[in-house]
Amino acid sequence: MEEIIIQLKKEIIEALNLEEMSPDDIDADAPLFIEGLGLDSIDALELNVLLEKKYGIKINTAEEGKKVLHSVRSMAEHILNHQKKN
Amino acid sequence: MQCGSSVYQTMNKKYIIEKYCIIRDNTVSLDDKEIYHDEKEKSFSDFSKGLYKYSKIDYPKFYKMDNLSKLGFITSELLLKDHEWSANRDETGLILCNSSASLDTDINHQKTISNKIDYFPSPAIFVYTLPNIMIGEICIRHKITGESAFYITEHFDSSFIFQYVNYLFEKNIVNECIAGWVEKYKEKYESVLFLIKKKEKNCKDCKGNIIFDIENIEKIYNKKF
Amino acid sequence: MSERVFITGTGIICAIGNTTQVVLESIRQSKHGIGFPTFLNTIHQFDFPVGEVKYSNNELYDLVQPKKKTNLSRTALLGMIAAKEALKNAGIENISEFRTGLISATTVGGMDKTEIFFPSFINNPNSGRLRNIITHDCGDSTEQIAEHLGIKDYITTISTACSSSANAIMLGARLIKNNILDRVVVGGTDALTKFTLNGFNSLMILDKSHCRPFDETRNGLNLGEGAGFVILESEKSIKINNKNIICELKGYGNACDAFHQTASSPDGYGACLAISKAFETSGLNPEDIDYINAHGTGTPNNDLTEGKAIEKIFGNKDPMFSSTKSYTGHTLAASGGIEAVFSCLAIQHQLIFPNLNFSNQMKELEISPVNTLIHNKPVRNVLSNSFGFGGNNTTLIFSKY
Repeated sequence: MEEIIIQLKKEIIEALNLEEMSPDDIDADAPLFIEGLGLDSIDALELNVLLEKKYGIKINTAEEGKKVLHSVRSMAEHILNHQKKN
Repeated sequence: MQCGSSVYQTMNKKYIIEKYCIIRDNTVSLDDKEIYHDEKEKSFSDFSKGLYKYSKIDYPKFYKMDNLSKLGFITSELLLKDHEWSANRDETGLILCNSSASLDTDINHQKTISNKIDYFPSPAIFVYTLPNIMIGEICIRHKITGESAFYITEHFDSSFIFQYVNYLFEKNIVNECIAGWVEKYKEKYESVLFLIKKKEKNCKDCKGNIIFDIENIEKIYNKKF
Repeated sequence: MSERVFITGTGIICAIGNTTQVVLESIRQSKHGIGFPTFLNTIHQFDFPVGEVKYSNNELYDLVQPKKKTNLSRTALLGMIAAKEALKNAGIENISEFRTGLISATTVGGMDKTEIFFPSFINNPNSGRLRNIITHDCGDSTEQIAEHLGIKDYITTISTACSSSANAIMLGARLIKNNILDRVVVGGTDALTKFTLNGFNSLMILDKSHCRPFDETRNGLNLGEGAGFVILESEKSIKINNKNIICELKGYGNACDAFHQTASSPDGYGACLAISKAFETSGLNPEDIDYINAHGTGTPNNDLTEGKAIEKIFGNKDPMFSSTKSYTGHTLAASGGIEAVFSCLAIQHQLIFPNLNFSNQMKELEISPVNTLIHNKPVRNVLSNSFGFGGNNTTLIFSKY
């Protein structure tokens, strides 16, 4: 799990052009949107693309997106669950 | 094109170019002074990041912008540093032009949809396939809600800029205006932004101000540093 | 100096018709043009309904009959058809008789041709037909239209997303009021492209079914294509030629929302500002408006913001309003021009157009659009909204003369 979290942090930084951040700056449990990293709706869409491109996961509804993209940890858990199923 | 330049100043007001900022050839100048120069041969992306850090602008969203918006944004940041904003930001206008619209970013978007197999359009890139998003970024940053527009002209057109901004002042649609040219296509880039203000004819702090007219716009655009 | 600006001609081509007359008939019969694309070659052909113009490029060529058979993009062809109709409608035969300009607007320019070129080129820089990219630039479609109409005095292109052609109309009015031009062809044109379809899909704001503007269950927009142009003339020009006036361009306003690149502020601040400015320039009050042709794209965000702005400005005196995008789709840069033609038709024929596909009032609003064609109410003043990405908001007011 921790490996996925570290990897994910790096991928998020790259996908969202968070240039001035390093993986250590991101708290895995902090909310990604509104507070925490303060990402916006376009960032959410980019994270969807990241999940599909790198992990083959498709987010189908806004509700699903809200749950999965809540924090880095929730993203990592979703990835792990998806990998277990396949 | 006729411009009616003889009626460009109303009775008690004059229009002046308070500040201007030029970025081209790895060099940045503010008014008459060169303030930044990068010796090394760099991509625009690296040049702009260097300039961003040098200017100590604290706005991480800068990194998400496309190159055109980065160029317009950073030029306006330098232009508006220490600017005294009026209480009413709907009195500030923003009128920009270029010749290639958002073509630089259009190409990037096109790449993401060209491969039928490795097909991943990026929403963050698509957002910038409109040149006026650059205007949006500047307005969001400074909460500018006045009139804004983006025009495509073949070359820098000083008479167009003069005519448009002059009209906005004459009709009291704005009291100050950021106007100019922001062009980025592949490795070619240049931006020339003017901060134009409406002032009292006998204003005390106006000594040495540059009158806003076609000749001065041309002169500034053509300045070499 | 001319103070009043009048509309003397309209021209349009969109999913519901290729002339003003045909479009009017379609609206009367509640005949929309939304369906899966036939001509656009996309992997999403059966994913997203669109408002496609029902003519292939070859058929558009036949309608245009250009002087030179140079490579014309679909955007240019659509623009040429609508702009030519507007001139004819205004009875203008000798274009050089007065100072005449063209202000056109577009977002995609010649992209429909460029995206044919690109895949070949990206695989091999020596392949791809160069003639497919010479029409790419936004300015090219404007130049093609100008050449087709014989306009030389003033030509320019605006690109401010979905408010583009409304802004073109604003600039045209100002050029007339400042005695720089006597008359001006103003509007915009955009063709459907894979570029925009895929781009909007990546933003997840497309509806997989027919859009439902202002409906509680709305789920996004349908893209459309087309062109809409009007002829603006000065008072002097009209008197000299004894022109027939369709209506007056009474007011206009532009403001920036300054909130987000693609979303509008929840309280509709920018929209309210633009609408207020239009009232200021027109000298009218909210209670003078009989019909609002809304921007109404069908996205959750726009319709809420616009609805809130309408409630704020009009209070409980809100006029009848509707979005005509459930007829035509969202034609991007052309929408302001196309909807200006609709506004003119509303005044000319004393009609208020229905908001197709509306059933459920939005829970956040107290107002609802009209969903039937209204023909027994006076239509004296029409307000038209066009709100673009980047927060560029423009409102136009048209009045019966």
